[in-house]
Amino acid sequence: MNCEEAQGLLPAYGDGELDLPHALALERHLDGCPACAAALREQRALSQAVRSTPYHRAPDTLRARLRAQLPPETAAPAVVAAPAPAAKTYRRRDWSRWAMPIAAGIALAVGLNVMLSTQRAGETLRNELVAGHVRSLQAEHLSDVASSDQHTVKPWFSGKLDYSPPVRDLTAQEFPLLGGRLDYIAQRQVAVLIYRHRKHTINLYIWPGKNGDTAPESHGSEGYSLVHWRRDGMEFWAVSDLNGEELRQFAQLQIAAVTDKAANVPNT
Amino acid sequence: MTDQEQARRFEAIAGPHLDAAYNLARWLTREPHDAEDVVQEAYLRAFRFFGGFRGGDGRAWLLTIVRNTFYTWLEQRRHHQSEVEYNDENIGLHTQENCGDPALHGTDPEKLLLRAADQQLVESALLRLGPESREILVLRELEELSYKEIAEIVGVPLGTVMSRLSRARLQLRHQIEAMDRGL
Repeated sequence: MNCEEAQGLLPAYGDGELDLPHALALERHLDGCPACAAALREQRALSQAVRSTPYHRAPDTLRARLRAQLPPETAAPAVVAAPAPAAKTYRRRDWSRWAMPIAAGIALAVGLNVMLSTQRAGETLRNELVAGHVRSLQAEHLSDVASSDQHTVKPWFSGKLDYSPPVRDLTAQEFPLLGGRLDYIAQRQVAVLIYRHRKHTINLYIWPGKNGDTAPESHGSEGYSLVHWRRDGMEFWAVSDLNGEELRQFAQLQIAAVTDKAANVPNT
Repeated sequence: MTDQEQARRFEAIAGPHLDAAYNLARWLTREPHDAEDVVQEAYLRAFRFFGGFRGGDGRAWLLTIVRNTFYTWLEQRRHHQSEVEYNDENIGLHTQENCGDPALHGTDPEKLLLRAADQQLVESALLRLGPESREILVLRELEELSYKEIAEIVGVPLGTVMSRLSRARLQLRHQIEAMDRGL
């Protein structure tokens, strides 16, 4: 990759929008090109600068005014001109009206979550996981974060998901971490970590599930290996074209890494 | 569906995104009062067209309407008064920098970093950019939307999102530098 190509890819790379193969090629270029590396730092500095500017939240008066414009029952009169105390009570009522749908949304999300962890998911879920794995191999994914650094991959998920998947690099055990991705499984956004073993890619899907740890359990589907286990309230599904035995070994390493980490270095 | 049901559904979908709508309008209009007008008009339009909303991303749908409302509002205003010209065209844009020699780069990233830490400077610089640059930076950095979502809202292809973002960041950099020199 020359500098011109690299410069063209930098924006997408800095924004976490570059697909894995391009990102890896670009990283190789950046390692040997101080000028492009500097351009990336500059892009990140500007990005950060914009993020430091104020986020303007809607004033409560506007919220109240909008509510008053809607046709139905509580098209509360004279809200705009209402004196402060009245506006305050109105606001509370206003919020309670938003609260119901939000609570329903949360209940729905929790419901989906429970469904994911039950048997019903079974066959369909495994098919979805394999489909996701195959898609990832075709490398048509945007929104990848490509990095072998677990401290880059983990923060990338925060803000995109309402949970924080454990991210462990297993390079020393010959399962190097390649990056992370968001995927849709059972109508839910889930974290996916990408590992490699020899020439085989492993997709590790992680989402919150039931409590109660389980040992790795192997499944097969359409010529792919799947291994499922549960740890610390998280569901783990590893999918690969590796043979079942090697994938189980990967699962054991994952479990051991999480356990070691928790024992040695809390809060990482 | 009764009006009441319709209104309740609308609130459930549009309500949670009011902050996002206002933030975008505020950065686009640059004035709190104008931002409220634009959001109010946008929500009225959104409610009117709500029957056509087929589900999906409520935030993207609303932000699209806020954006369109803003441009209509801007158009109307231009009829009434001569707008202060935005700086999109005024800032001399350098073409793609030469690569290979750090000295050829316009700025030293570390120096830029220092200036970029001045939040007020960055805010004023951002407000001096044209609406096209402001909107893309706000959607990307403050709303943290993906290229795909931005492409939907702005109504351009993915590649255009990327090139506009690059251009906007370059303009922001030049604006920060210009202001730093007291211009």
